[in-house]
Amino acid sequence: MSSSLDDLYQEIILDHYRKPRHRAAELEPHDVHVHHANPLCGDELDLRLQVDSTGSSAPRVGAVVYDGDGCSISMASASAMTEAVTGRELADADDLGEAFRLMMHGEGLKREDDLLDGVAFQGVAKFPVRVKCALLGWMALKDAIGTYRDGNQEHRVTHE
Amino acid sequence: MTAMLDALDVETVRKDFPILERRVHGRPLVYLDSAATSQKPQAVLDAMDRYYEQSNANVHRGVHALAEEATEAYESARGKVARFVGADPRGVVFTKNATEAFNVLAYSLAANRLGDGDILLSTQMEHHANLVPWQLVQPRAGFEIRYVPVMASGPDAGTLDLAAFDEIVATGRVKLLTVTAMSNVVGTINPVADLAARVRAANAEAVVVVDGAQSVPHMPTDMLALEADFLCFSAHKMLGPTGIGVLAGKPELLDDMPPFLGGGEMIANVTLEGTTFNEVPYKFEAGTPPIAEAVGLGAAVDYLSALGMESVRAHEVALLEHVLPALNAVEGVTVHGPTDPSRRGAAVSFGVGGLHPHDIGTIMDREGVAVRAGHHCAKPLVRVLGSAATTRASFYVYNTLDEVQALIDAIETTKRFFAR
Repeated sequence: MSSSLDDLYQEIILDHYRKPRHRAAELEPHDVHVHHANPLCGDELDLRLQVDSTGSSAPRVGAVVYDGDGCSISMASASAMTEAVTGRELADADDLGEAFRLMMHGEGLKREDDLLDGVAFQGVAKFPVRVKCALLGWMALKDAIGTYRDGNQEHRVTHE
Repeated sequence: MTAMLDALDVETVRKDFPILERRVHGRPLVYLDSAATSQKPQAVLDAMDRYYEQSNANVHRGVHALAEEATEAYESARGKVARFVGADPRGVVFTKNATEAFNVLAYSLAANRLGDGDILLSTQMEHHANLVPWQLVQPRAGFEIRYVPVMASGPDAGTLDLAAFDEIVATGRVKLLTVTAMSNVVGTINPVADLAARVRAANAEAVVVVDGAQSVPHMPTDMLALEADFLCFSAHKMLGPTGIGVLAGKPELLDDMPPFLGGGEMIANVTLEGTTFNEVPYKFEAGTPPIAEAVGLGAAVDYLSALGMESVRAHEVALLEHVLPALNAVEGVTVHGPTDPSRRGAAVSFGVGGLHPHDIGTIMDREGVAVRAGHHCAKPLVRVLGSAATTRASFYVYNTLDEVQALIDAIETTKRFFAR
């Protein structure tokens, strides 16, 4: 499979890296805080999720922020993720995360429009060692939703 | 660059390494990851092929001609390795790698020799291979593990805090010192003989373990001069094959240690009631050993000896004299570890502005430049450097000044890429 640096570092990705959206160390109030580390690369990511459970409808992503120390792919992907999931029902956000995961593993493109800038990470699939970077933020989100459903506020995960 | 490297005839050396002819992403390979694993000269590949083609048999068993040849080849490699590091051949144990050598020492030496009240002294500079095995046996053995800190800043940044070392040693409780002779991250050469003497002066029973995984491939080594009781290193970082490492130790200390792994070869007699063990080094070589790999290691030792380890070291110092100022001249680049080439080896870790090592490594790869990005299996040290990861370029006998320039060019390319 041919692959060029432009596949990996699309302009949209570099834009999220340079001008991160929803990157913050705090979110008040928040319902869940998760910390995800990828010891192999040293990437660390904190994600805070505020769940909007007012009204009669299903709980939604009220707000989500991330902060961390990692490569451009991991930080830009987390940034794009926050835009794609804010306002979505938790189950829907989870489903979108699964669509992103499948895309990163080259298993098809679903919900292309809903992923917004997340689609730009398709090219990362051609760089197998960097796929985990792109997934870090989405895995943190999935974990945050799971942690919330379990009735907990904190969770720390170390990826192997 | 017009400057010359004259300690080695690098162009001739390069012709001995077939892999250096290949291209990566359409560019000539610039291999700057020898601290992770070195490339192999044709002589090593040929020696292993010849062994399999001509002499392959199991060692120390059969009475036939091939078995004798295989045994002779295997034991001759042991002799070469012993001479190369100034060890007694009876104390040269072949292991899987340096990591296994440390595990032998943790389970067979530390777990028996150290107990309540004793200190096992290590440092913040160590590779995980020289940290984790001791930590695994510590709860059962009951000794205490202390770590010499690494200076985070100042003129001695990246070197051991010797005042803190002396403070711990002054307790008189240090019974085992384990320290790297050369850092795999920042290149620091530690004053091993001096540290060993200080530990022994405070406690005559203390044993000294040296991690030679980076030093043995890159500078002359003599266990006696190092005042080391044990020296651990790996073949694959010194032009040899993967799958074989060395635990070199004083035979009388190895004699006192129980075996680490059990099986064939390491026994004197076996009954269903019990077993008596073979003498050293065989007591620590259970099962069929890595015979072809030992032959390859022997050929690597021959190759390095022919170059001369003084020349290997001089070549790398000359490279450092170019690469350190060249890196420092790049805006935004921070080089970690000692600035004086005489105090360090050729593993050079650096940071580039706010760029992440993995981004740097990926873009450099596209330029054909192979560097390592990450924590280099030395997380406690990398944390001292104030980051979670660094980019590391490491040099060896086959690296040239043009490759130093290729590294600098690749850093500039990376910076431009993210600034666009």
